[in-house]
Amino acid sequence: MDDKEKKQDSLYVKLIPYFEKYGILLLLVIMILVMHILQPDVFLSWRNVTNVFKQISWQSMLALGVFMVIVTAGIDLSVGSIMMLSLMILAIVAKAGAPWFIVVLVPLFAGFLCGLINGLGITLLRMPHPFIMTLGTLYIFRGTGNLISGGTPISGFTDEVRYLGHGRIDLTWLGLEKSQYLPVSLVLIAVVYFVFWVFLNHSRTGKWIYAIGGNPSAARASGINVNKILIIVYSLCGFLSGIGALILAGRTDSGYPNAGLQSELDAIAACIIGGASLFGGRGTVLGVFAGVMIMGILRNGLNLMDVSSFWQQVLIGSIIVLAVYVDVLRRDFGTRK
Amino acid sequence: MTSTNKLLLEAKGITKYFGTITALENVNLKVHEGECLGVVGDNGAGKSTLMKVLSGLYKPSAGALFFEGKEHVLDSPKDSQNLGLEMVYQDLALAGNLPIGENIFLGREPTKNIGFLKFLDFKKIQEMTSAHLEKLKINVKSADQKVEELSGGQRQAVAIARSTAFNAKVVIMDEPTAALAIKEVGKVLDLINKLKSTGVGVIVISHRMDDIFTVCDRVMALFQGTNFAESQLDKTSRDEVIGWIMGKK
Repeated sequence: MDDKEKKQDSLYVKLIPYFEKYGILLLLVIMILVMHILQPDVFLSWRNVTNVFKQISWQSMLALGVFMVIVTAGIDLSVGSIMMLSLMILAIVAKAGAPWFIVVLVPLFAGFLCGLINGLGITLLRMPHPFIMTLGTLYIFRGTGNLISGGTPISGFTDEVRYLGHGRIDLTWLGLEKSQYLPVSLVLIAVVYFVFWVFLNHSRTGKWIYAIGGNPSAARASGINVNKILIIVYSLCGFLSGIGALILAGRTDSGYPNAGLQSELDAIAACIIGGASLFGGRGTVLGVFAGVMIMGILRNGLNLMDVSSFWQQVLIGSIIVLAVYVDVLRRDFGTRK
Repeated sequence: MTSTNKLLLEAKGITKYFGTITALENVNLKVHEGECLGVVGDNGAGKSTLMKVLSGLYKPSAGALFFEGKEHVLDSPKDSQNLGLEMVYQDLALAGNLPIGENIFLGREPTKNIGFLKFLDFKKIQEMTSAHLEKLKINVKSADQKVEELSGGQRQAVAIARSTAFNAKVVIMDEPTAALAIKEVGKVLDLINKLKSTGVGVIVISHRMDDIFTVCDRVMALFQGTNFAESQLDKTSRDEVIGWIMGKK
């Protein structure tokens, strides 16, 4: 009897790390099943699934950037504004008649520079918390975007510029119908997430990002240049926001002043639902992806069921609180001896 | 044993001013191979300042440091690490969210090249960690265990393992048993003895006479920033050392 109990106990103990790693995916699968039962004809249709991926495409870039920042125990409130400013610069450069490969590179560079400004401000100006620096640049970048565009939308880009956000990969050679295409943005998400997964888990810099979040003084005592790593992290976060701008340009064919408004909060929400801790050092790339997907599926499913967007806000808020509470319970359970 | 073994670290006439405050005045210190030196003193006696001078965190206002007979000027902790001198900090300086192995090699991780990219070599980290923990007889479930899951004593052991992973010749420990449960103190002290037997010179700063009298070969007392007294351990007693801390001979 005792032995049996012990066996069960150790089974639980063995399962805990898997729950920690993949529990969020379980939640995602449950959500997909529920949505499928509620909307059996539409939800898992090719058209709707690709739609979800197109909808989350640019948010997933912001969330990934914010995630890296959160791992260092920082925060970036300016990603929405970085994306808007990059988008406006892209639109202006496109309207000025620059060749497409310049138009494509410009938002990435602009986003990177904005992130660099955040990183330099936090380290060189010794801001007491990244919250303050990025709250400042949240206003500065959006204001600048409005200044350079006059606060009006700029529309009409060439197909090359729109490719990442709007492009389709034809699958008729697989015997599928013409309407069953693969969105380029889906492939882009997969590639970018994979590259950053490798970066965070298999490079020294990635390991140091986690170490800084775990204990910055330990990182410093180990000879890690903490400021340099932080500048890299914020710059990469800006760069990812720039990719978000490029995708959004493709999807909407327009640079508009309200682009990315409040999307920094969506990005933070996705990270937290995905298991990242605001105290730093915790969370996985897979978790962030699941967090983004959960928010995307919830919005999509509720739209399909014609639920008002006000209810969507209430539900997303509830999921944030619930997800973190489950995490708290799990940690209690995991540490109890 | 001290007279026959090689002299590893010597500090001569170390003086350190902070503005008008004299933290250290003409302090001398020696550590030999395989020897443990205990440094005692009341709060504010200058123990921590002296250790920070030795590790290169502070530059002395006057005096010189000799390592294996050669004079060295230390500009940063990196310089002292390169000489083989490691510090184990009181707050442990470990990242709890990382596994044991990655903590031990933090900042100095082995990598393998794939094309022009460098990737962490997890297999090597694990092998080197297991071998190193084995050498020091440190028992943990696995090198993959996160540090935050360890007890205080195990963490201290990992911190000490970390300091000796790169062929350290001198290890300085600041209050190594301060935050530990009683049954764990013994294990850490065993570990210090183990280090000594491998030829490492150890400097232990401690308030606990039990620690000093279990592992040290020699003890020196600082009082108000000066060398107050020094003795081979077998030629002194607890009461006498406690007297030194309070400034009585």
